[in-house]
Amino acid sequence: MNSKLPTFFDIKRYALHDGPNIRTTVFFKGCPLRCFWCHNPEGLDPSLEVVTVQERCIGCRECVGGCPEQALSWKGDAISRDESLCSLCLNCVEICPSLAHEAVGYQASIERIIGEIKKDLPFYDQSGGGVTFSGGEPLAQADYLIELLKRCGELEIHRSVDTSGYAETDRLLEVAAHTDLFLFDLKLMDSALHEKYTGVGNEQILQNLKVLSKSKATIRIRFPLVGTINDSVENVEAMGRFLSELGTIDDVDLLTYHDLAGAKYRKLQRPDLTDRAYTVTPDIVARTRQLLEQHGLTVHLER
Amino acid sequence: MNDRIARLRKLSFETRPSISAERARLETEFYEQHYGKHSIPVVRALCFRHLCEHKTIYIGDDELIVGERGPAPKVVPTFPELTCHSVEDLNILNDRPMTGYQVPEEDIAVYRDKVIPYWRGRSMRERIFSEVPEEWRAAYEAGLFTEFMEQRAPGHTALDGAIYEQGMLDYKNQIKDRITRLDYLDDPQASDRYEQLKAMDIACDAAIIFAERHAALAESMAGKAVDPARKEELEEIARICRKVPAHRPDTFHEALQMYWFVHLGTITELNGWDAMTPGHIDQHLQPFYEKEVAAQSLDREGAKELLACLWIKVNNHTAPPKVGVTAKESGTYNDFTQINLGGLKGDGSDGSNDISYLALEVSDELHLLQPQPSVHISRVTPDRFLKAAGRVIRKGYGYPSVFNSDAVVMEQIRVGKSIEDARQGGTSGCIETGAFGKEAYILTGYLNVPKILEITLNNGHDPLSGKKVGLETGKAEQFASFAELYEAFEKQLDYIVGLKIRVNNYIERMYAKYSPAPFLSVVISDCIEKGRDYYDGGPRYNTNYIQCCGIGTVTDSLSAINTHVFEDRRVAMASLLDILKTNFSKDEKLRQILWNKTPFFGNDDERADTIMRRLYDSLFSAIDGRANTKGTVYHLNMLSTTCHVYFGKMLGATPNGRFAHLPMSDGTSPSQGCDRNGPTAVIKSLSKMDQIKSGGTLLNQRFLPSVLQSEQDLDKLCSLVRTYFSLGGHHVQFNVVDTKTLKLAQEQPDDYRNLLVRVAGYSDYFVDLDKEHQEEIISRTEQELV
Repeated sequence: MNSKLPTFFDIKRYALHDGPNIRTTVFFKGCPLRCFWCHNPEGLDPSLEVVTVQERCIGCRECVGGCPEQALSWKGDAISRDESLCSLCLNCVEICPSLAHEAVGYQASIERIIGEIKKDLPFYDQSGGGVTFSGGEPLAQADYLIELLKRCGELEIHRSVDTSGYAETDRLLEVAAHTDLFLFDLKLMDSALHEKYTGVGNEQILQNLKVLSKSKATIRIRFPLVGTINDSVENVEAMGRFLSELGTIDDVDLLTYHDLAGAKYRKLQRPDLTDRAYTVTPDIVARTRQLLEQHGLTVHLER
Repeated sequence: MNDRIARLRKLSFETRPSISAERARLETEFYEQHYGKHSIPVVRALCFRHLCEHKTIYIGDDELIVGERGPAPKVVPTFPELTCHSVEDLNILNDRPMTGYQVPEEDIAVYRDKVIPYWRGRSMRERIFSEVPEEWRAAYEAGLFTEFMEQRAPGHTALDGAIYEQGMLDYKNQIKDRITRLDYLDDPQASDRYEQLKAMDIACDAAIIFAERHAALAESMAGKAVDPARKEELEEIARICRKVPAHRPDTFHEALQMYWFVHLGTITELNGWDAMTPGHIDQHLQPFYEKEVAAQSLDREGAKELLACLWIKVNNHTAPPKVGVTAKESGTYNDFTQINLGGLKGDGSDGSNDISYLALEVSDELHLLQPQPSVHISRVTPDRFLKAAGRVIRKGYGYPSVFNSDAVVMEQIRVGKSIEDARQGGTSGCIETGAFGKEAYILTGYLNVPKILEITLNNGHDPLSGKKVGLETGKAEQFASFAELYEAFEKQLDYIVGLKIRVNNYIERMYAKYSPAPFLSVVISDCIEKGRDYYDGGPRYNTNYIQCCGIGTVTDSLSAINTHVFEDRRVAMASLLDILKTNFSKDEKLRQILWNKTPFFGNDDERADTIMRRLYDSLFSAIDGRANTKGTVYHLNMLSTTCHVYFGKMLGATPNGRFAHLPMSDGTSPSQGCDRNGPTAVIKSLSKMDQIKSGGTLLNQRFLPSVLQSEQDLDKLCSLVRTYFSLGGHHVQFNVVDTKTLKLAQEQPDDYRNLLVRVAGYSDYFVDLDKEHQEEIISRTEQELV
């Protein structure tokens, strides 16, 4: 990997649910949190990964001979990769005719990413959309993020940053100077539970949200509603209270849990953390919505 | 919809199409007695009058708008003067599983005993095929192009507002006046003009007679009616039929009946392609609506009911059955009456009005196969109209399709029409641009562009048959560069287009001389003044289109050759050709490389899009500006309707990794499943085509229903459309249905008889499509929720 380049795992054009109107979403790779319900597991690890999708393999074995580290071998009916030998050179991805080897993540220059973002300028102009930086955690690569935000600002593209809020406050404020809209995730109000389910406590996050709310930043809260984890009356009440006390935040997007990420976990050969128990019923959604509305918040239901 | 409409709809939806030999019998009897006694235009007009005088007429229970082309709804007449079906053809139509037509025994007998003995050797189709050169036949049989006029008459036309301002008696006066001004001294064509004008005059009488017969029937039914309300309705129908089309209409109801009689007249006289289209019906009807609403003689619901009656009438009119290649490339019951809504007025202001919204509502509630509405969006069209259309689109009927009025106007200005005529023009059939009421814009047939590349790669031979069908432009193995290959391709293209035009021009004269359309000529501007037929340059504007198919497949194939043969040199041309011949059976690895590692059209990827642009320029140079027989020229059109499936069948494996005989890309859409970067990338790629230089392009997009659920989703869809149009796009249409539903419909067709899907420029019932078309729709990329 090149330490002089930012790492991403995807760029999605015509993204409809990552901020207002028609957007392009740039996904940074690497996240300091480990949420149980994460639906973008490919964004967790900051390093590049290579996976092999066996169903696509046609057994031509070109990659075996083409691997400079001899990390790949043919085990009778499938390709096997010795992770300890793999240097992530991505030769196999390049060679494979049937796209069976897949790079999870790639590195690209700021210039290239801006080039991709610019492709949909006419759609942003027409719809009032723009770019959203998401992840992973975009603030984990703050220098690159700021550079991209500045460049988009010069092009007069509307900029959203979708963050967990888990970052150094100074860096967050630096980012805020070049951001038009924050999509700020809020998950659990109890720090011990937060640590249990995401791997980190929430003090830094709540502190950041307080500071940010007192700056000029426009913030929309993203609340992933996960059954049995954060859908209790107690948690929702605490969140409503906290947000209304901040006084500057109006909108909450309620994102109900879905278990569609199972395939991604399997592809990455990670333990599949999706769980049907996390699915929330319409009753719970309605209750949560009502509780938050009682605190003067406007709740938007996102699928 | 109210009970009346529900009953009429049910009858129209459930009645299975059948064939009647009545028209063929009447026509044969007429020809036996009268052919040779008059000039050809007059014979045609008298034959039309004979049909109007003697055909069975029908007024159904509940009907408010009356008139059928056949003896009853969904009963389709035949046109033996154009194509004389054999007994075997009729049996096939009766027995075939898809788009079949019931043919009663007695009708087959009429054909066997009367129709076939007279028309054998006399039909247009036989006369055309007996005259075509060998080279043409070889190319035609290889599937390099189709020929529209070998079994249906040229048509593709729409009306303007003229018929709402003058009745047939007014037209007769104009004809009379024109006859008095004929100059037999200095105009060598004066006598031809006289015969034509006389024929038009007879055609006007025929239409009046046809309406009068309906009036008489309605009066007699009213006399017998038990229900006083129905009695009153029948009396009103009788009154209206005595008035229109002889006189101009004054009420909303009269205006609709006026249109319907003219529509029926044109499709009874001949079976021109794409039936007939009312054009900007919302703009034509609005003044009648406003006047009656102000006078309180009509309300919104009443107007809606009448509109629904017209819609059902159109749906009753199943397309005439096709035969041979045309049946393969156009297997549908749809006869392509397209209703243009919104758009521009002649003065450039917004054309959308109350009727536009009402018509959308009617289309939504009825969701029938015909007519198919389209919305025309210009810079001045309000967002609320586009959103109203979006609310119907997301129901998943595949309509309304969406057109860019500003592009449609520009396309017409480019070819020299006046700005007012261009604005009052629009699109008919699938996506074809024309000046409504003033133009004959004739589609002449589809061009199989991927097949032209295939014969280029095989030195002018068709690899499927081994026959020589093109020029010998050199062995592909010996091309040293992409430029050499491309040069050979352009030579083949010119040659094939030349072959096609040569025969088209011949056919064009055949129609002008032997099968003129005097009634159609009455209602299309300038035919009376010129004293010339619609088929003979009579209209103000005359255009011939050649429709190019498969630009996605050719672009991707050329891109694959460029990338892997000439740039990376990963594969030699000889081995590529070898592998294509075996349909990749020996080398799946190479197919995967071609399919997965080639820059494809539709991804906003300059490497592929540059090739597309170059191709488009070549098609334009090969077609645009070539002379037809009317002193005007051919233009390029970019639609495939369903021909991409037939053309695909006639095509071997292609260098983009597509297996032999599968469909090629449709319209100007990217190859199925090859647009991998979402709809904005597709639109960016498409907008690199200079669409204004065509007579229309066609873009299919399939969306999952979940992408269009909320109001915000709808806003985003509207933004997508507006952006495409700001970039010069001509047309886009959406299928809003998920793969699961389509697969279920394949398994349980009876449960999904109502499922309409967008095919290509029109919607069809999914379960009425053959397997290949069904699979093709399933294979189109589904634009997902991100």
